[in-house]
Amino acid sequence: MLKNLSIVVFVVILALVFVNVMHQEDNYNLKLEELKHKYALRAVPSVDHSKLSALQKEFKTPQEVTETCLSCHTETHKEVMASSHWNWERASYVEGRGISSAGKKNVMNNFCLGTNSNQQSCAKCHIGYGMSSSHFDFNNARNVDCMVCHDNSEEYLKGASMAGYPDRTVNLENVAQSVGSPQKSNCGSCHSFGGGGNNVKHGDLEVALNSCSREVDVHMGANGMNMECVACHTAENHQILGKLYSVSTDNTNRATCEQCHTSTPHLSEVINRHGSKVSCQACHIPQYAKVNSTKMSWKWSDAGKLKDGKPYEEEDSLGNHDYMSIKGSFVWKRNVKPDYIWFNGTADQYLLGDTIKSIPVKMNTLNGSYHDRHSKIIPVKIHAGDQIYDKVYHRLVQPKLYGAAQGDSAYWQDFNWDKAVAAGMKESGLKYSGQYDFIETVMYWPVNHMVSPKEQAVSCAECHTRENGRLANLTGFYLPGRDRNVVQDNVGIWAFFLTLAAVLGHALLRVFVLIRKNKYEKQIISYLEDKPTE
Amino acid sequence: MSKVYIYKGFERFWHWTQASLIMFLAVTGFEVHGSYSIFGFEKATEYHRIASWMLIGLLIFAIFWHLTTGEWRQYIPTTKQLKDQIKFYISGIFKGEHHPTQKTELSKLNPLQRLVYLGFKIVLIPLTTTSGILYMLYKTIDQNNLIVIEDYPLSGIAFWHSMGAILLMIFLVVHVYMTTTGKTPTSNINAMITGYEELEEEEHKIENENIQNHETK
Repeated sequence: MLKNLSIVVFVVILALVFVNVMHQEDNYNLKLEELKHKYALRAVPSVDHSKLSALQKEFKTPQEVTETCLSCHTETHKEVMASSHWNWERASYVEGRGISSAGKKNVMNNFCLGTNSNQQSCAKCHIGYGMSSSHFDFNNARNVDCMVCHDNSEEYLKGASMAGYPDRTVNLENVAQSVGSPQKSNCGSCHSFGGGGNNVKHGDLEVALNSCSREVDVHMGANGMNMECVACHTAENHQILGKLYSVSTDNTNRATCEQCHTSTPHLSEVINRHGSKVSCQACHIPQYAKVNSTKMSWKWSDAGKLKDGKPYEEEDSLGNHDYMSIKGSFVWKRNVKPDYIWFNGTADQYLLGDTIKSIPVKMNTLNGSYHDRHSKIIPVKIHAGDQIYDKVYHRLVQPKLYGAAQGDSAYWQDFNWDKAVAAGMKESGLKYSGQYDFIETVMYWPVNHMVSPKEQAVSCAECHTRENGRLANLTGFYLPGRDRNVVQDNVGIWAFFLTLAAVLGHALLRVFVLIRKNKYEKQIISYLEDKPTE
Repeated sequence: MSKVYIYKGFERFWHWTQASLIMFLAVTGFEVHGSYSIFGFEKATEYHRIASWMLIGLLIFAIFWHLTTGEWRQYIPTTKQLKDQIKFYISGIFKGEHHPTQKTELSKLNPLQRLVYLGFKIVLIPLTTTSGILYMLYKTIDQNNLIVIEDYPLSGIAFWHSMGAILLMIFLVVHVYMTTTGKTPTSNINAMITGYEELEEEEHKIENENIQNHETK
């Protein structure tokens, strides 16, 4: 009785354990719910700028607007003028360089190459007015552009190749009266269009994010939390949190997932522990360029082909330019699986004037390795291409690309590399040997946006798999499910099956002996049985 | 011939629970290893972890049981009749000979079993569980806190854990087969299920005496 009872109890316990183990439903993640609650509440602005008498006037120049802003926000220009958005450079310590200033002033890239000698055009994305050359006065507060970030009317627009001045169609009075906290469209007006078009550079920042679904970006999705950029990229005293490693070098002031989600956001302890080596982005951004394509490759060496003496453009099946006479040939991709690299938060850039050390030239180097305690696996977009360099001085060169009209040696007007490089290098204050060629380059873009809903996060088996996993290219460490000791495995398999064979052989021999013995015994028995009848 | 209560209740519970846990751990473990896919990697690791904690709990109870009941003495190794036992499995078994050693309540294990099971208990199980625990706790605490286990490579831990797993699988094959070498092919398994086994005390005694007499002559 007692025995039966204990068996029943045991079976019941086993069943309960089994049910709990197999139970699929997620537990309630209080941390996440609290965050959702926190960010659902939007602060109401304390001032309605349309009611301010100082703004009830006609503005003739954008500088007048800035002066009016500063009449109330009397010291704010100091904050803005201390930012890299204004200075286009930032000083930091770089391993191998010492204290180094890097930014759009002197960093090169493998898209439109660099700003030097092209400021008139590039300054469309400078938060100032009148940067037409390298002689811009960075100390003049009147030239700070408040509106590009703070316009809430979506009317403000910087003019094309107007050195940062607004387009002539903009009604400055309207804009000045509708300023407020920056919205996605403000940040996106530059950050979505880097490289000369929507989503060209980043791949994870583009105009579609201004009104997207949760599937595209779980934070910014209009049917989700609908968060603004500045919700994470907070800007205490106009010092905006977060930066991108195409122009940044040190591991400070970063906008991280952990600042809200903490380093233990999951209910599963095993997944939390991955955070010591794997970034949040690596699993939660399974693909980027989810809506519009992004540029994966840019070959400047193909530029300059003309039809009837005139530049032309060609499009791929999705309507993206895949050839432009002024720029060369491109490869675009949509829904791209990121590449993965180790990254510790420090980086270096190829600065104008640097000697080429390796081919392909790394436009930026993201430092990190498995053995570095501070490194994590991050997803990146790798943009490859080729661009012009000086064969004698062995360094990349800065051509003058933009020009208002033919004849002032700009490549986009004259299609003459020699003249364009000579002009660009002169403006940059560097020597040019006169001999150029094209060299392969590569640039790394950490992917941080377009976070997918958790259901779409990268599953365990996409990395923990023998063949063709997402991390197949990251070697030099042991990844369970992917790596194994092949010799041990083979010896083990042989040993196991040889043992099995030996055991089966032994068993067969026993059965054989038994059958023979039975036969023998049966014969004896039949002999004995037969005997009396004889 | 007499029916002897040879395997106690806990002993049988421990044996069968351990057996099923080890087999389940093998199925899930080799999936984590990447050998095949049944549950999917995520579920396999989850089940493997749960089962491993259950096994660790069971082992603690088993160790306690062995120490308190004195059953650990069953595993004291001996070389006496070890050769005879090996000879029996190699040749004697085919000739229909009897087991050279006598199974009693106080000495359940033959010298070969003593040696193998002792190795199982003090080498194989500690190797597998220790490496498994190290595997499980690897990188427990991230860079923001103290790092307990960081500087030994995971490949080494995985090597010893896989080694334990492979040896356990080989043990399993041989062990299961050896259970069929009792009086009848199922008598040993039945004994481990019911606890009772028919032991041929008398015959053996006589036989042993005969051998001894023969030797003294």
